[in-house]
Amino acid sequence: MNAIRNFFAKIGDVNRRYREPRIEMSGAVRLSLMALRVYLLALVALMVYKFVLLLTQG
Amino acid sequence: MNFFARLYYRVRKSWKAIRLYLVIAGPGIVVMVADNDAGGITTYAATGAKYGYHLIWFLLILIPVAYYVQEMTVRLGAVTKRGHAEAIFDGFGAFWGWFSLIDLIILDWLTLVTEFIGMTAALGIFGVPPWLTVAAVCVLMAVIVLNGRYWTFEKLSLLFCALNLIYIPGAFLVHPSVSAILREGLIPNFAGGFDGQLFFFLMANIGTTIAPWMLFFQQSAVVDKGMLEKDIPWGRFDTLLGSIVTVVVAVFIVIVTGTVLPGIDIDSAAQAAEQLMTTDRYVGAFLAIGLFDAGLLGAICISLASSWAFGEIFGWAHSLNTKIRQAPWFYASYFFTLVTAGLVVLIPNAPLVLITLFVQVIAVTLLPAALVFLILLLNDRKTMGEHCNTPAQNLVGGFIVVSIVVLSTLYGITVMFPNLIH
Repeated sequence: MNAIRNFFAKIGDVNRRYREPRIEMSGAVRLSLMALRVYLLALVALMVYKFVLLLTQG
Repeated sequence: MNFFARLYYRVRKSWKAIRLYLVIAGPGIVVMVADNDAGGITTYAATGAKYGYHLIWFLLILIPVAYYVQEMTVRLGAVTKRGHAEAIFDGFGAFWGWFSLIDLIILDWLTLVTEFIGMTAALGIFGVPPWLTVAAVCVLMAVIVLNGRYWTFEKLSLLFCALNLIYIPGAFLVHPSVSAILREGLIPNFAGGFDGQLFFFLMANIGTTIAPWMLFFQQSAVVDKGMLEKDIPWGRFDTLLGSIVTVVVAVFIVIVTGTVLPGIDIDSAAQAAEQLMTTDRYVGAFLAIGLFDAGLLGAICISLASSWAFGEIFGWAHSLNTKIRQAPWFYASYFFTLVTAGLVVLIPNAPLVLITLFVQVIAVTLLPAALVFLILLLNDRKTMGEHCNTPAQNLVGGFIVVSIVVLSTLYGITVMFPNLIH
């Protein structure tokens, strides 16, 4: 139990340590990260679609 | 006299340079040769069997592609003294950091399963039962990493890299036609026209040449080795040499299967080895030994990539220069990944084909992100200083990254929806 608590505390530490991105958020960086989000969302949507297809088609 | 004095000076200078390189050599060659892992060998064997020598020119194009991408990790590691996972957390915050780390851990574990599939299939050809292969690999890998020195790990890995060259004598044994290789292989062409299946093979070859774990592994290895900014030119040379060796090995595999198994559909390298056994026992044995070696080298590097990434983020001691008592979590995560992946292969009726396909799909989610982060981090002048990307490097690197992202995405989609290419 203690080990699990410690593990989550460690995750909290990591989140605090890296709360703010250190890299300067210029227009190009923002645009790249936005494109990456859109790309990943589209990909996840495709995977979900495939998963549904697999379930429905047996 | 003057001539001999100058000759002596040059020989001494060259010898000094070679000795210096031998000290620095390692991460670039190891990561590149390990890239020819079990999945890679299967892809090259299938490419040769399907298209003969016709796609050798395409493999040669992959030399600069692999070099440009991996070279950036050398600079980033040497300048920041941080692994790729930590660099992403630090540069882009916890959200992107966790995304990359969790994706990497899942992908590495699945890839590790495919390495075990390759290794057990390879030794199965010689009658070795899978449980014995898994147990022997785990023990061997424990011996390699538990000696408490990065240097020993690296030099042992280089030994396994040398074994990867076994395909070269294998190719000579099948007596390929050199003129046919030069005529068909070196002039860009698409045998039988450009169709969906050819496109799939081209994408698969790119997918095996640039894998996400390679970025994480090489950057962490550069840091663990203690490379400094002044070592960057040697790190570049090491990476270039590695990218040449990896493609040369790939070309020789294509030559072997292109010569002996032309027009045959190959599903795995083990199947190719078995078929080769029927025509030439030695060549088949070479392919099987090479497949085992490739799986082993891949397994060593992939499990380390995960453990380094974990250590960097959780702040555990995470160096191969530490003993097990000093870095228990680093070694625990290493062996946990290794043993669980090995056990999956031993489960009767485990969905191994599904796992192999899943690796390719998951890789598509991590690779673009890792490459985009790499380019952005290399443009952070505050951190990178004089080693920041130049406009020319951005142009070349950007073009390569965009091409890889597009092609690997299409590859992932065709794996999910195979009917699209028929």
